Amino acid sequence: MTEQVARPVKIRTIGRRTDRADGVEKVTGRATYAVEHGVDDGVVDPLHLWLVQSTVAKGRVSAVRAEAALSHPGVVAVIDHTNAPRLHDTDNRELAILQDDRVGFRGQIVALVLAETLEAARQGAALVEVDQEVDPHEVELTEHNATYRPETVNPDMDTDTDEGDVDAAFAQADVVVDHTYRTPYEHNNPLEAHATTAWWESDGGDERLTMFDSTQGVHGVAQSLAPMLGLAPGQIRVRAPYVGGGFGSKGEAHAHVMAAVLAARTTEGRPVKLAVTRQQMFALTGYRTATISHIRLGASADGRLDAIEHIVQEQTSTIREFAEQTASPTRMMYAAPNRRTRHRLARLDVAVPSWMRAPGEMPGMFAQEVAMDELAVSCGVDPILLRELNEPDTDPETGLPFNNRRLVDCLRHGAERFGWAARNREPRATRDGEWWVGTGVASATYPANRMPGNAARVRSLGDGRYAVAIASVDIGTGARTVLSQIAADALDVEPSAIDLEVADTRLPAATVAGGSSGTSSWGTAIVAAAQRFRKDHGDSAEPGLETTATPADDPAEERLSFHSFGAVFAEARVNHWTGEIRVPRLFGVYSVGRVINPMTARSQFLGGLVMGLSAGLFEDSYRDPRLGHVVTQDLATYHVAAHADVLDVDAEWLEESDDTFTPMGSRGIGEIGIVGTAAAVANATFHATGTRVRSLPITVDDFSGADGI
Amino acid sequence: MKDLTYLTADTADSAVELFAATPGAQFLGGGTNLIDHLKLGVATPDALVDISRIPLDRVEEYQDAIGSGLRIGSNVRNSDLAAHPVVRASFPAVSRALLAGASGQIRNQATTGGNLLQRTRCVYFQDVTTPCNKREPGTGCSALEGYGRHNAVLGASDACVATHPSDLAVALAALDASVVVLGPEGERRIALDDLHRLPDDDPSIDTILEPGELITSVELPRTAVAAQSTYRKVRDRASFAFALVSVAAALQVEGGRVSDVRIAWGGVAHKPWRARRAEDWLRGRAITEQTIRAAVAEELTAARTNAQSVYKVPMLTNTTTLALLRLAEEVAQ
Ligand SMILES: Cc1cc2nc3c(=O)[nH]c(=O)nc-3n(C[C@H](O)[C@H](O)[C@H](O)COP(=O)(O)OP(=O)(O)OC[C@H]3O[C@@H](n4cnc5c(N)ncnc54)[C@H](O)[C@@H]3O)c2cc1C
Ligand code: SF4
Repeated sequence: MTEQVARPVKIRTIGRRTDRADGVEKVTGRATYAVEHGVDDGVVDPLHLWLVQSTVAKGRVSAVRAEAALSHPGVVAVIDHTNAPRLHDTDNRELAILQDDRVGFRGQIVALVLAETLEAARQGAALVEVDQEVDPHEVELTEHNATYRPETVNPDMDTDTDEGDVDAAFAQADVVVDHTYRTPYEHNNPLEAHATTAWWESDGGDERLTMFDSTQGVHGVAQSLAPMLGLAPGQIRVRAPYVGGGFGSKGEAHAHVMAAVLAARTTEGRPVKLAVTRQQMFALTGYRTATISHIRLGASADGRLDAIEHIVQEQTSTIREFAEQTASPTRMMYAAPNRRTRHRLARLDVAVPSWMRAPGEMPGMFAQEVAMDELAVSCGVDPILLRELNEPDTDPETGLPFNNRRLVDCLRHGAERFGWAARNREPRATRDGEWWVGTGVASATYPANRMPGNAARVRSLGDGRYAVAIASVDIGTGARTVLSQIAADALDVEPSAIDLEVADTRLPAATVAGGSSGTSSWGTAIVAAAQRFRKDHGDSAEPGLETTATPADDPAEERLSFHSFGAVFAEARVNHWTGEIRVPRLFGVYSVGRVINPMTARSQFLGGLVMGLSAGLFEDSYRDPRLGHVVTQDLATYHVAAHADVLDVDAEWLEESDDTFTPMGSRGIGEIGIVGTAAAVANATFHATGTRVRSLPITVDDFSGADGI
Repeated sequence: MKDLTYLTADTADSAVELFAATPGAQFLGGGTNLIDHLKLGVATPDALVDISRIPLDRVEEYQDAIGSGLRIGSNVRNSDLAAHPVVRASFPAVSRALLAGASGQIRNQATTGGNLLQRTRCVYFQDVTTPCNKREPGTGCSALEGYGRHNAVLGASDACVATHPSDLAVALAALDASVVVLGPEGERRIALDDLHRLPDDDPSIDTILEPGELITSVELPRTAVAAQSTYRKVRDRASFAFALVSVAAALQVEGGRVSDVRIAWGGVAHKPWRARRAEDWLRGRAITEQTIRAAVAEELTAARTNAQSVYKVPMLTNTTTLALLRLAEEVAQ
């Protein structure tokens, strides 16, 4: 494929508030999601699938008794490990379902029921009897688990880092902060539950698998399934025209996708629809591992850090490794000559953890930014000043110069807008009627990621119109809208002159909508293709002329350290009597390069802030250590912030452009809003009450002393 | 979901008859609780008798030998009852309790009768893959040593530590409401405080209603103290969450001393918990932070907690103190 260096684009519509391209379709209910496609899209006479799950955390399936289910009207088939189609490759035990009798976690798929209606499938599943042999299990993350050192942590980082002499530095430090911080299991819970429609066709011996999937990346799904099914990726077509959110949980295919595909293998071409339930999502579609962060900060009396240590214990599963990079932001955030980070994993009999918005940064920065607040208190230094004092000149981890590190600008701008100067530094000093009032701040950071492996196609349609195609998925973020803006500027036309086609593996390859890398990666590919198109075909190309191109590697990535930064400010009120917590104000300032569409960007920042608030105060998946599964498995018991919890939430960004990172001048914005937010809220509750809570979520009972807080 | 027969009733009498004539029947009100249970396999009736179209949807003043009050039809929707001007003026605790519950959408759908008979939100009760004595007698209680944040601290047994989730029921218990029920044997009245039972060794039965008995209305006696009532609910988020603890309270003060007081608690027991010992202790005393705390302590001597539910004791004490102190301020004005 043609490689093209993507040069900075002439900015016209980038930066302009542009309505969502698919807004009307969504609010009028015309957008079709993964199991809503009908005959027009080739989904003819579908069967419905229901999952049967294990009810032990570890053991074996000794028998699946299907008679009762099969005699239920409408039930067509029951598939288990004895009769499921065989896979060619079973290394990925999360996806290799029904290939043997082993049970690795509670809620694992142990049988599938196909029926003519959804109701019959569900009742059929209830009628399947599964005999299981039970082995003792270990499912609880505690400080006492046996742990091991993974070879790397996600996505491909060092497990441990060491610089200088940490122990000597702590021995000499004037001030030491030494605490353990905990974050709970969290489930992504996008509004649209995971769902897949799949069917197989055979074309003269050439097998083809077609899917609509609720995914963050269509090519990723095809690539992970193909070798397991003995297919070439080109034999699988995956589309995801509309996706109702993912937050990372749709960043890769989970077991239910394979369930739909295997079931469809048995139906002689009839499509199979699988809509995962909310409760099943708590077992099968990914979650954030709980983390235990032991942090030590050693500083001089005036708050200059000399040593930082971050030892993480977290959890993976026995069936597949997932190593959250929790200490990664500690490696680059603040200056200190001596530092140590460690990641240790407990391998538990639980479902595989997976990606959740800002994996690593979210739990890691909670721990570090609360620890920094504790250091500020210990040293009697303003927390913003403390962070300024510890600004590094170069990236402490790599030694590379930062491309555009504007943490201090974010902190200062935020302080001004939030009214930080008026703050009384004393904790537990402000009372308003029943309520203790406090404010807190935390830093945010997120790496700027741009993925290789993207390409785009530009075709002239005549009359100054262009078709632009790339397989990227818009999971509700507004990708369709901003990619049209980028294509328009790259071709020097209005967005209305762009026909954008996305979310289909038949289109040029696109990487996942994740890691805050989507717009940077896909946008750069579109710019490369547009610039190449102009080079090949000039300014007034004949209709039908087209160019597909991929961006050439960018040497700047080796010379510079690319990160985004932010500062989050929170006001918290804690009720003296009841311990109830309210956050009347939450404010973030971000340095993220150029903002492409202020409307969709704002919604990402606000969404991130709300999700961070939610993590700070509410979200908590309770895994029952005896049973092995999460028992707070619906949205009535797994709380996310409700409207009444989200009061004055606002975000601003610094006017800037990062032309070294992308030709649009942008970095990613999807994740940074959640980073640091829970810490800002935690710090504000401390400032309000004088009580330090180091374990998320912070809840009413943390403040229910005998005589109130 | 199991196949079932769907029947509708136009009158209370026909509902009771249909129920009696249909094995495995269950009444369907607004369905906000029961439909979930059908889908989850928690409820497995053979037939539903839909009572939501019976015109028991009025709030009326009544006058009888004992006194006057409001009669609330069992099909009055939660949102209509909360907004009713007489309820707001004369029984503020009822209105506040309703508005502290669920969400606007659910309150529009939920009925008065259904609200009182909604079942526990115990996570194990709702998960048919786990042991639960309430759902499947004899299988054990998963909550006893499991997820215990919502466990009962009063009146529980080793068989069940579930709490009753209704906010409305707590306010009604405080204000001495009763339910009017119609069954095959005719009509009877049950004090709300007697409607729900403690789990003892059979938690599968929530109330003293006989199978097939239909709640037709709730009677709310008009009293001076009811007009000075409030409801305070503490929950994990600002709205749309069940109570960790809640307090319905009503207060009358004469000459600086408590002449009448009502206290009922939610989130602490298998039923709305009328705190009569605390009430007795307060009656005749001045209302101060100390007296309220002492009164609550009196009631809570029987509290049993574990590591996960122990927070409820101070939270309940503080919240009750707050509610009564605020009421005392209002009464004084
Ligand atoms: C997400 C969520 C959050 C909620 N939060 C709260 C909250 O914070 N506080 C709160 O109090 N409630 C809350 N609720 C519960 C809600 O109030 C109840 O679901 C509702 O009141 C039930 O009323 P319904 O008419 O829908 O009952 P249904 O679901 O129709 O019936 C419930 C039960 O009552 C029986 N029944 C109904 N009517 C009668 C009758 N007249 N006579 C005899 N039996 C009858 C039915 O057979 C069934 O067993 C919440 C519910 C949900 C789903
Ligand atoms: S507390 Fe009651 S409802 Fe909950 S598991 Fe135990 S028996 Fe079942």
